[in-house]
Amino acid sequence: MTDTSDTDTSDTDTSDTDTSDTATSPTPHGRDRVLRRTAAIDRDKGREAVLRITRMTLQYPARVAVALIATVAAVLTQLSIPVLLGRAVDQTQAVADGTGGADMLWTTALILLAVSVARGLFTLIQNYTAESVGHALAYDLRRAIYDKIQRLPFSFHDRAHSGDLITVGMLDLEGVRMYFSTALVRTVLLVLLIGIGAWLLLSTDLLLGLLALSFVPFAAWRSSVTQLTLRRTWLLLQERLGVLSQVMEENLAGIRVVRAFAAADHELAKFDRASNDALKLSYSRIDTRVNSSAIMTLAFFAAMGLVLLVGGRQVAAGEISIGALTTFLTFMTLLQMPVRQLGLMVNAFARASTCGARLFALLDMPLEVDDAPDASDLKVTEGTLRLDNVGFTYTGEGQAVSNISFEARRGETIGIVGPPGSGKSTLMHLIPRYYDVDEGAITIDGQDIRDATLSSVRRAVAVVQQDAFLFTTTIENNLAYGDPYAADAQIREASASAQLHDYVDSLPEQYDTIVGERGVSLSGGQRQRLSIARTLMLKPAVLIFDDSTAAIDAGTEGRIRHALRDYAEDRVTLIVAHRLGSLKHADRILFLDKGRIVEQGTHDELLALNGRYSALHDLQTNPDTKIPEAAQ
Amino acid sequence: MSHINANPEPQERHDDGRPRAPRAVVGSHRIEEEIFGRAFDGRVVRRIWAFVRPYRRQVAISVTAVMVFTAMQLAIPLVIRYAIDDGMAPDAAPGTLALIVAIFAAVIGVNYVASRLQEGVTGRVAENVLFDIRRQMFAHLQRVSLSFMDKTEVGRLMSRLQGDVNSMQEFLESSILSVGDILLLFGIVFVMLWLDWQLGLLVLAMLPVLFIVRVVWLTRARAAFMAAHEANSITNGALAEAIHGVRAVQGMDRGGLNYDLYADLARDNYRKHLRSSRMAQVMVPVVDTLTGIAMAAVVVVGGAMVASDRIEIGVMVAFLFYIQRFFDPIRSLTMQYSVMQRAMASGHRLTEVLDVEVSVEDAPDAVALGPDDDASVEFRDVTFGYDPNHPVLHDVNLSAKSGETVALVGPTGSGKSSCMALIHRFYDVQKGAVMVGGHDVRDVTQESLGRHIAMVLQEPFLFTGTVMDNIRYASHWASDDEVIEATKAVGAHDFVMELAGGYDAMLDERGGNLSLGQRQLISFARALVADARILVLDEATANIDSYTELQIQKALQTLLKGRTGLVIAHRLATIRNADRIVVLQQGRVVEEGDHYALMDRNGLYASLYDKNYASFDDLPNNFTQEQRARAT
Repeated sequence: MTDTSDTDTSDTDTSDTDTSDTATSPTPHGRDRVLRRTAAIDRDKGREAVLRITRMTLQYPARVAVALIATVAAVLTQLSIPVLLGRAVDQTQAVADGTGGADMLWTTALILLAVSVARGLFTLIQNYTAESVGHALAYDLRRAIYDKIQRLPFSFHDRAHSGDLITVGMLDLEGVRMYFSTALVRTVLLVLLIGIGAWLLLSTDLLLGLLALSFVPFAAWRSSVTQLTLRRTWLLLQERLGVLSQVMEENLAGIRVVRAFAAADHELAKFDRASNDALKLSYSRIDTRVNSSAIMTLAFFAAMGLVLLVGGRQVAAGEISIGALTTFLTFMTLLQMPVRQLGLMVNAFARASTCGARLFALLDMPLEVDDAPDASDLKVTEGTLRLDNVGFTYTGEGQAVSNISFEARRGETIGIVGPPGSGKSTLMHLIPRYYDVDEGAITIDGQDIRDATLSSVRRAVAVVQQDAFLFTTTIENNLAYGDPYAADAQIREASASAQLHDYVDSLPEQYDTIVGERGVSLSGGQRQRLSIARTLMLKPAVLIFDDSTAAIDAGTEGRIRHALRDYAEDRVTLIVAHRLGSLKHADRILFLDKGRIVEQGTHDELLALNGRYSALHDLQTNPDTKIPEAAQ
Repeated sequence: MSHINANPEPQERHDDGRPRAPRAVVGSHRIEEEIFGRAFDGRVVRRIWAFVRPYRRQVAISVTAVMVFTAMQLAIPLVIRYAIDDGMAPDAAPGTLALIVAIFAAVIGVNYVASRLQEGVTGRVAENVLFDIRRQMFAHLQRVSLSFMDKTEVGRLMSRLQGDVNSMQEFLESSILSVGDILLLFGIVFVMLWLDWQLGLLVLAMLPVLFIVRVVWLTRARAAFMAAHEANSITNGALAEAIHGVRAVQGMDRGGLNYDLYADLARDNYRKHLRSSRMAQVMVPVVDTLTGIAMAAVVVVGGAMVASDRIEIGVMVAFLFYIQRFFDPIRSLTMQYSVMQRAMASGHRLTEVLDVEVSVEDAPDAVALGPDDDASVEFRDVTFGYDPNHPVLHDVNLSAKSGETVALVGPTGSGKSSCMALIHRFYDVQKGAVMVGGHDVRDVTQESLGRHIAMVLQEPFLFTGTVMDNIRYASHWASDDEVIEATKAVGAHDFVMELAGGYDAMLDERGGNLSLGQRQLISFARALVADARILVLDEATANIDSYTELQIQKALQTLLKGRTGLVIAHRLATIRNADRIVVLQQGRVVEEGDHYALMDRNGLYASLYDKNYASFDDLPNNFTQEQRARAT
């Protein structure tokens, strides 16, 4: 009874539901996904995980020792209370019978008070240190997870669902955190409480002791089975609620489509299906819980009734005292809560094993792209980029690029075109080592980028992505993302070059305007211009535009290009674009198809070739197809 | 900014030489909504009651069950008392003990039934109310004005539909159960005073002490709990950001700095959780000490009373039992206070959503547009503004006869999108009228209007589900063959068949596994399946690769065949193919006619065309003035 603090929940598994921030949107289809929430955890992995968590808690030996000692002390003080109460009753009777003095009662009362205070203090120490071990563990794991996620290469993130990763970092972390206090310490507490208590009772009176403890095995079994069932259905319920929230969220985000098709009824039917599925499961969870909780209470009171009957007979027969009977009864009330909560303990073990297994799977994930053991920083001197027979294959797919060779020197601009799926983006992602090449080599000033530290390669090669992720912070912070110490003037300059400054200046809070997911929403073109500006801040040796001007009109793009003329002198620029107008000025243009370079040369050379490039050019310049490009 | 920043020395100085902190944060601090409101708000409670009313019989049952359950809880120590005093006394009549134990059995039997009813019925009612509120809100959001939806973030509405309804459920459930707590508290007080008022008063003296300690503790503890909760969501938010933005972080080599910033957040989170844990546990020794004092008092004073034959020994034992249960209801009741405050704040927000005005409703005598009505669209002197004081359309007149294609062009903010929204009656005009098929849109049912008009939005929004489901969407009447037919007609069949599973392939959230061009084609097919007589289309502005572009142009022609088309056009080809072009500027129609007529006019359109602007949206701000100046 005393170990139920306000933050502790009794018969429910609400500790699992502390997930207000998770975006668990289950994707029902079976794409090859790593760390899937619903994937079964194999038994050995689970056991290993529990052992590993146990070992990890030993990193805090002092706190673990204090928690365990306090647990023992709390159990002992707790157990002495029924004994003291029984003695008080007997003494009272003795005083009434005139066989004892009232001072005995005073002594017992004072001991009772002292023991109560001690019990409270020990319980406090036990709970607090146990929780602090969990929090300390969580603190370490949080940082390890964060670090790991930042280091895992693109190939991992391509396969991992962000919702699953968030779940590992929040829910699984909780499961591991709770392990020490709810699984380990509680087990110790329960074993001691039942063990010592049973010995105490059985040695007093075997039959009565057996009766008093008779509810324990039943309640323990019931509670464990129920908690495991609840855990299973909880996971299922989360999945169904995930579907429901997806239905609602998509409806609200796509409300214009819903209205345009007058589809409110259709949407409500969809909502009702998802909602009823979840409600049905909620019902069954309530039933499971109610069934088990009521039957456990019944078992407990039935045992108490038996003790009352048999014990009462013995009292009447003068075999035991009323005090002894009181001891039995109060001991039973003392035991009731912890035994009922045994299921929580079992649940905590189950949680720790699945959560731990998933969490360690993430932490142990090998880094496919990592610093070589003897890696040194890339030294940029001439600023020459060279690709030699480069080939690359995504896991489980056909070869994405092959036999790519070209060289680009400082000041040169290379254009890259090709139909969708021809490997343009893939190629661009190999140069900053987002992926490592499978064949051939990429070098910068003669140094293989696989021999250089990742950090120095990323500093030397920067990519303006197709779909830039903006951070929910000020425009200024976004611009300075890669160079947080930059001077204001530099930020303004980059912003002006990317033709962003005028727009930002027109905002009420200018560079302090919050953008990103929860900030002012920017148009596609504005996002791309912001992304260009923040990449300019990096001053890389190789600057790559990966189809990153699609939402910017030709006129603005021309102005950006103009503003970057000097900037481009100091580095290699690679531009992937659909609009040939964006590439006309390039020193060389590579035409990619099916992962190979099929044509290359200057704009004029390629036109003269009358091949693929020139066909594409015709397609784009035909005025009935597309507005001609803005004049240069 | 023209040197290469290969080995970055963080420039840790301000422009004026002062060292500066990096412009860097991880995670965005979310603006927390007010969590606690007044503990009681009559208006909110009345609104919520409307949802509970349908279940009032079940509520009555569960309240009754709670009362019975509480009475049984009170009765058990009393039965034990009589068992001791009457059943176990040496002079007791034979069978008395058995009788009392039989009564005990009856009590626990009733207790079993009551506890099942109490938990089961209460749980179900609360779940039902939760789902009902959510459904009504969701249904309401399908009807509220679009301008409300435009202004309101999806995330905000989602937290109404999830977090806020959940706290109502918690409130409802715990309210019914706290009836039991109040009853138990008063019951124990009453029974104690009834057993012996002097001893009762002595024990009850602990109550106000605990109550005061509890209230003082509660405010501080809640601050600590909130701080921990907030630190947790900040830390988790930063983790989520790292996961979503991992490519940007790695690309800009920000991992190291981010890790340090995150470690700071995690440490703060760790400290706040330790503090919160201390606050939670500190009540344990307080309650235990007060329990100890009460027990000691009963032992000393009660013992003396038994000795002087004022009370029987069973009474003393009963007191000892009651003391063990004494503090539970106070704990639940003080917690209930927070639950109520939270619920009132949530309830307030819920009613706000439920009260959002439905501005566009079917007129009582609205007629349904049928297949016999023609497919003409006409604007008669339409004046409209989202805010009536700031019209965005002024006296607009335009018309499209059945089968005609009309292109709307004009700079951003000229009112094109508003015109489109009015045709579908997303909003009501302030002056004039919008006629569809010869009827004022306000005189026809929205449902039939929706069937008469198909809409293709600029940003193709797809739902999670199969390709088939997405294309069919709300057109339930369409067979699979018809869907496939439509998909072939827009030229999307080939790439659909290339997806694993073909038409049964699942689309990711928002169709993330398709390219923008493919999503657009799917949304064309969706509009084609809906087979409406009028097509309203907002052409995409973003540049798509030329190959897909060509397909889209072809699909557009298929789509417009035999339909009245109103197209917000960005592509020259689309504009030139239109029967008529309407040029909008600042909410007014400034030019109208076909391409050649407009070229002859030599006005805005002609100058846009001559200047080869890639899109009519990206006009320089001063274009109009320049144009006017030239014209005069």
